[in-house]
Amino acid sequence: MALITCENLALGYNGREILRGLNFTVPPGDYLCVVGENGSGKSTLMRTILGLQAPLEGSVRTGDGLERREIGYLPQQTVVQRDFPATVWEIVLSGCQGRQGLRPFYTAEDRALARENIKKMGLAALERRCCRELSGGQQQRVLLARALCATRKLLLLDEPVSGLDPKVTAEMYELIARLNREQGITILMISHDIAAAVRYAAHILHIGDRVFYGTRDAYLKSGAGGQFLTEGGGMA
Amino acid sequence: MRETWEALALYFQFPFVRYALIVGVLIALCSSLLGVTLVLKRFSFIGDGLSHVAFGAMAVSAVLKLNSDLPLVLVITTLSAVLLLRTGQNAKIKGDAAVAMISVGSLALGYLLMNLFSTSANLSGDVCSTLFGSTSILTLTPLEVWLCAGLSALTIAAFVVFYNKIFAVTFDENFAQATGVNAKLYNLLIAVLIAVIIVLAMNLVGSLLISALVIFPALSAMRVFRSFRSVTVCSALLSVFCAVLGILISIVQGTPVGSTIVAVDMAAFALFSLAGAMFRR
Repeated sequence: MALITCENLALGYNGREILRGLNFTVPPGDYLCVVGENGSGKSTLMRTILGLQAPLEGSVRTGDGLERREIGYLPQQTVVQRDFPATVWEIVLSGCQGRQGLRPFYTAEDRALARENIKKMGLAALERRCCRELSGGQQQRVLLARALCATRKLLLLDEPVSGLDPKVTAEMYELIARLNREQGITILMISHDIAAAVRYAAHILHIGDRVFYGTRDAYLKSGAGGQFLTEGGGMA
Repeated sequence: MRETWEALALYFQFPFVRYALIVGVLIALCSSLLGVTLVLKRFSFIGDGLSHVAFGAMAVSAVLKLNSDLPLVLVITTLSAVLLLRTGQNAKIKGDAAVAMISVGSLALGYLLMNLFSTSANLSGDVCSTLFGSTSILTLTPLEVWLCAGLSALTIAAFVVFYNKIFAVTFDENFAQATGVNAKLYNLLIAVLIAVIIVLAMNLVGSLLISALVIFPALSAMRVFRSFRSVTVCSALLSVFCAVLGILISIVQGTPVGSTIVAVDMAAFALFSLAGAMFRR
């Protein structure tokens, strides 16, 4: 049973269709990378999976005990967040908000979970610091810790390394791979960094003019991946 | 100095002065609490827009010769707030343009209506009082004071109970909604609360100056503090302090209440900016 099943999906916004006939599944423990050019519908696919917008056709189903709201989501940073006065602790704890229902205040359990995830991301020393004063890589880890408070099963990452320098980028990818390997957390990552995708992911979904869905090795052999890699400068 | 205290003691024997102080403190507290969220959500101008709507609604209720204009003004302003906050994301007319449109539109219509159907001998005095709140704070009846106190208490209670949810929705609406928070509901709550506060605050500073009451304390607090909680607490305390100081100065010096409070808020902002700059070095 797959965590996420997309069937015959057609995507778009404002009634304009940008992609149709999309079929793929995300089994537990998978590391799936969604690649494609700008405007190919990566972000729309992500918003549809999260339930922030409805598909034009077809369906996104969650299974294997996963509920829609249990998807941990690492969004791209917004303008609002860049100068938001909030501590690491406040932000990470807010990841538990989805489970609160009408309960007004966080429980001891929520706090313990937030503390654990802060430690897991190596942020314990920065817990009381204001997030906007941290480096780009640290800020991404704060948001990752928040996402981990919302899920135990599946992380959906939207361009997790955009704006990071090469060293921090490599660290971020290692951290994500470790979460997948050691904690058994399923990863669904949106990226236009194909070199990193074929290095870390188990499966690849390439969307655009031609759609490819399959294992990493099949992608490397297929025309779509090979062509892309030579155009993009190859895997260094 | 002694004369000032004696003058104050004298003034405080009048109930209307005490009412003004109570209502002023409550309004300042409420407006500053939501100010933090509005500034961070890039909705600083919504207070301004809504207050002009409230001005228009007051003109309508004056034309209809309603005994109490509060219910009608409250309903119209709340509806506008919901519409404005809803158009925030995907509307054809973007947020700031929508606010500007509704704001100047209702200001113009309100003034037009007041002119066409005026029953008062002193029209420009009425308009000036509604826009700058010059006297209405000093003519409150006990009923209005109780109503104001009740609505303020409700607003503060709602803010405390929903504090964590308001933070989640303000910081990252998409994440909140994706992980199961009913973001739309809490946006609606914020809209309703801000409408209530605007209508209440019209009594204190008039409809043109409400934005100042909403944004200055929050902006000042953000110069110095770096967590959402400390910014909120500081903004509330600062707002109350400035309101009390402004009301006292205006009583002693005979200056207009609303603009005096705003002037004190601006001075506080300058001080906090300075403190923030020195703190960071």
